Amino acid sequence: MPMTDKALFKEKFIKGILVSFALSSLFFLFLIFIFIFIEGLPLFHKIGLKNIIFGFKWAPTKGSFGIFPMIVSSFFVTFGALIVGAPLGLSCAIYLSEYSGKKMKMFLKPALELLAGIPSVVYGFLGVIYIVPIVRDCLGGPGFSLLSASIILGIMILPTIISISFDALMGVPKTYREGSYAMGATKWQTIFRIVIPSASSGILASFILGMGRAIGETMAVIMIAGNALKIPTSILDPLRTLTGNIALELAYATGDHRLGLFSTGVVLLVIIMILNYIANFSIKRKIIK
Amino acid sequence: MRNWVLSLSLCAIILLCACNYSPSTGFKHQKKSITLAGSTSIMPFAEKLAEHFMVEHPDFIIDVQGGGSTAGIQAVMNNTVQIGMSSRALKENERLNTVIICYDGISIVVNPKNPIHALSIKQIRDIFNRRIKNWKESDWIDRAIDAVTREEGSGTRGSFEELVMRGEEINDGIMVQDSNGSVKEVVATDPYAIGYISLGIVDNRVKALTVDNIIPSIETIKSGEYKIVRPFIFVLNGEPDNDLRTFILFVLSKEGQSILKKEGLIGAYD
Repeated sequence: MPMTDKALFKEKFIKGILVSFALSSLFFLFLIFIFIFIEGLPLFHKIGLKNIIFGFKWAPTKGSFGIFPMIVSSFFVTFGALIVGAPLGLSCAIYLSEYSGKKMKMFLKPALELLAGIPSVVYGFLGVIYIVPIVRDCLGGPGFSLLSASIILGIMILPTIISISFDALMGVPKTYREGSYAMGATKWQTIFRIVIPSASSGILASFILGMGRAIGETMAVIMIAGNALKIPTSILDPLRTLTGNIALELAYATGDHRLGLFSTGVVLLVIIMILNYIANFSIKRKIIK
Repeated sequence: MRNWVLSLSLCAIILLCACNYSPSTGFKHQKKSITLAGSTSIMPFAEKLAEHFMVEHPDFIIDVQGGGSTAGIQAVMNNTVQIGMSSRALKENERLNTVIICYDGISIVVNPKNPIHALSIKQIRDIFNRRIKNWKESDWIDRAIDAVTREEGSGTRGSFEELVMRGEEINDGIMVQDSNGSVKEVVATDPYAIGYISLGIVDNRVKALTVDNIIPSIETIKSGEYKIVRPFIFVLNGEPDNDLRTFILFVLSKEGQSILKKEGLIGAYD
């Protein structure tokens, strides 16, 4: 029958198109990798891995390419964001999964998803207008600081933390909770002793993915962090992250300066790859178990 | 199935049309095109000039791109653009023809709430390499100075290093912003900040300081008293052809110069 042949062909055709599109995203990832490494690695060869990663001086037009202060600053900001975002996000996820009624959930979930959709430049703008002056007037320092950047980034990573830990908490079987209640435990005891420990790997993964988001954030950080090249000695000092370094200087960079920015990108890529690997590992371990 | 064929053929038709109307075969042959690239400090002014020029000479297309002084000079050397824009003097190994189109002052700015009106070049230098860290040392309150500089590679920073720092380094602990505009924004909002921006964009949200007892203004720059001045340069590889000559003569003409002066720059002949 010709019709079924046609239909079969159509099926195959559509499947082929979908597969090729699905693979194309992988292809782009591959291209990005190749491109960054091709541009970034020659400088490692020329200057030396140690001088770049552990160098303290960044003056690319004068031949110094040390990005150690920026690596340290990136981690400071990321952990600062986690300190702000993790308790908030986890409490929100616990409320959503354990306490809130259906109506509240219907309202809160879309609202949180909206939070994820706000462009980072808007967060940065809010930070410059509100948080930076408050920090400057109340606590001192220039206001463009580790603290301001951590607060804004902490808010920015909330959606990631909430949605993934919410899924993890919801994934805890109902029988666990029922068993706990049957033993006479209160609701809070059940949550604290049973539900959170059972969901711990998913919650951990949400923190790590939040870190990945924070370390990769650029626009908001450039606007609020002050971008000074020193390792900050207090939470009120300005600092520059790896992403900030690339975005700040790319417009003017030529020659080795440009290569230096790509090397910064290589370091950033490696750090994010490691974070994602850890996050995936902690989720997978649970599935296997 | 019919729908598939239809949409596919529609796509093909659109693609074909797009190919036919590409500018390379379309109207480039009739119009003369000039490309400028380089300093982002000059770029907005060059765009203004290009707009006015194209109104008077409809047969020209002038394309202005950024990239930074060094990139602009490089592009002229490789003949990828006809005119490079540089906001710093050329180095010795960069042997190209130059045309100074105007001058721009760099003013040292503080917040209007700051009572200080004047600093010496030496004091400014000490602030930017952090030998002076506190406003107390410049006879104001006991509060750390929030100095702001531009990012490495910027033409404005290059000129500032040459004219003010004079070989000394800008300290690593100083905040960095990536454009004249964001430096101005920081200084306008932070009462304890100090920074440097192009004189052309100073307005009442920031206060320009008197340096070594000279107020930065068009007059003092013309008379040569205010020293923190840099040239805006067009860079050419070899002798300009007739089209380029027309454009450059327009920039140097009374009309071109008055456009630049209206933007707060200082004319090439003053």
